[in-house]
Amino acid sequence: MSEQYLKKINVTVNGVSQVAQIPPRMTLLDFLRDELDLTGSHAGCEHGVCGACSVIHDGAPVRSCLMYAVQADGCEVTTVEGLSHADGTLSILQDCFCETHAMQCGYCTPGMLIAGHSLLQENSSPSEMQIVEAIGGNICRCTGYRQIIEAIALAASRLKEAS
Amino acid sequence: MKAAAFDYIRPDTLEAVLEALDRAGDEGRIIAGGQTLVPMMAMRLVKAELLIDINHIQTLTGIDTSAESLSIRACTRQAEAAASKEIINNLPLLAKALEHVGHTQTRNRGTVGGSVANADPSAEIPIVARCLDAKITALKKGSERQICAGNFFYSAMDTALEDTECLTEIRFPIWNEEVVGSGFHEVSIRNSDYALVAVAAQLATDSGGICTRAAVAVGGCAPAAVKIDAVGKALVGRPLSDTDFDEACGLVVEALDPDTDVHATAEYRQRVAGRIVRRVLEEARAEVYEARNE
Repeated sequence: MSEQYLKKINVTVNGVSQVAQIPPRMTLLDFLRDELDLTGSHAGCEHGVCGACSVIHDGAPVRSCLMYAVQADGCEVTTVEGLSHADGTLSILQDCFCETHAMQCGYCTPGMLIAGHSLLQENSSPSEMQIVEAIGGNICRCTGYRQIIEAIALAASRLKEAS
Repeated sequence: MKAAAFDYIRPDTLEAVLEALDRAGDEGRIIAGGQTLVPMMAMRLVKAELLIDINHIQTLTGIDTSAESLSIRACTRQAEAAASKEIINNLPLLAKALEHVGHTQTRNRGTVGGSVANADPSAEIPIVARCLDAKITALKKGSERQICAGNFFYSAMDTALEDTECLTEIRFPIWNEEVVGSGFHEVSIRNSDYALVAVAAQLATDSGGICTRAAVAVGGCAPAAVKIDAVGKALVGRPLSDTDFDEACGLVVEALDPDTDVHATAEYRQRVAGRIVRRVLEEARAEVYEARNE
């Protein structure tokens, strides 16, 4: 790497400790995609508008294009790859996205899943307005959002039945 | 859309931050939540040789309330401020404004200090800071100063802060009149995006319902949020009737000279500002009536 400044970081990503030497200007998004091959987090606008790169950082959803990887040193990150079960089966929320056709091109889907997952962690029975608010920072140009809202509402009711 | 190369440090103490800023001069920059700075660096509108990360300095987070004021330390996350009972109870105007700040993912990372230091002309926290004449604390190696919000904001990303200064705290005065009401409203393209026009207002009356203090500030209509002092003068001593409000709205529209940009024309901004001022004044008045009836 021809970068002038390199920093060593240790980030726990989806439960696995990752040590790397990276230039400070590398965003967390580029680190996940290019260094760890976790290409589930999508690079959409790369300036904090579209939400496709959303990940969970120390328990809270954030945009990974608006953080430098070096800032995540010592932190825990969960990407969309970390939402499914260890054996690869989909989470209840992911299943609901399939069932309600909550995706078309799939570009926004990882961000929508992170937003929906974070909402359901905090609020087990969200109102429609709360769902709309939770995905308000994520842009989808295919679905018109309706099916995404349905998917999250369906997942909320399934999760309640399961508990 | 990638930032140019820079060096990065993460000091543990405020003293170390000030020392690093002093050494770096105009080549250093503070990074807190990064929700404004990171995109600006990606678009190469801002360049820094050294980023000094203040996210891990414990003394820079938290909210302190006294009888006269509520202070928010610079690195307090916007999400934390929006959920703060202290702010909801003691500074309802700011609580109302915080509901409009960013989206979940940006609020979780973005800080109150960053919102003030980066001074977007339509950012909500600076509008409330102007409305209430907040005091901003800035530290540099060996000295500390307080800057009144009225002298702080110049234009987007341009403030009274010097290159070697670190914003550490924003102190909002609490009005102690018997009856106080407030209102905040904005118009934006997408909910929670930067506002085209945003207005904050706060009113106080005596027990007879006569206005004793009034403050109105408007964002999105000038390079920085503006406080319309003429409104305060026009409303004080009045019973806050519809006619008083008509006059106040007229004064606001007269005082504004917005620019046209790709999002809205100057005429639109001016017209909307008049309507929103009316709406927030009515909201504040309704709270005053409610408080008087209790």
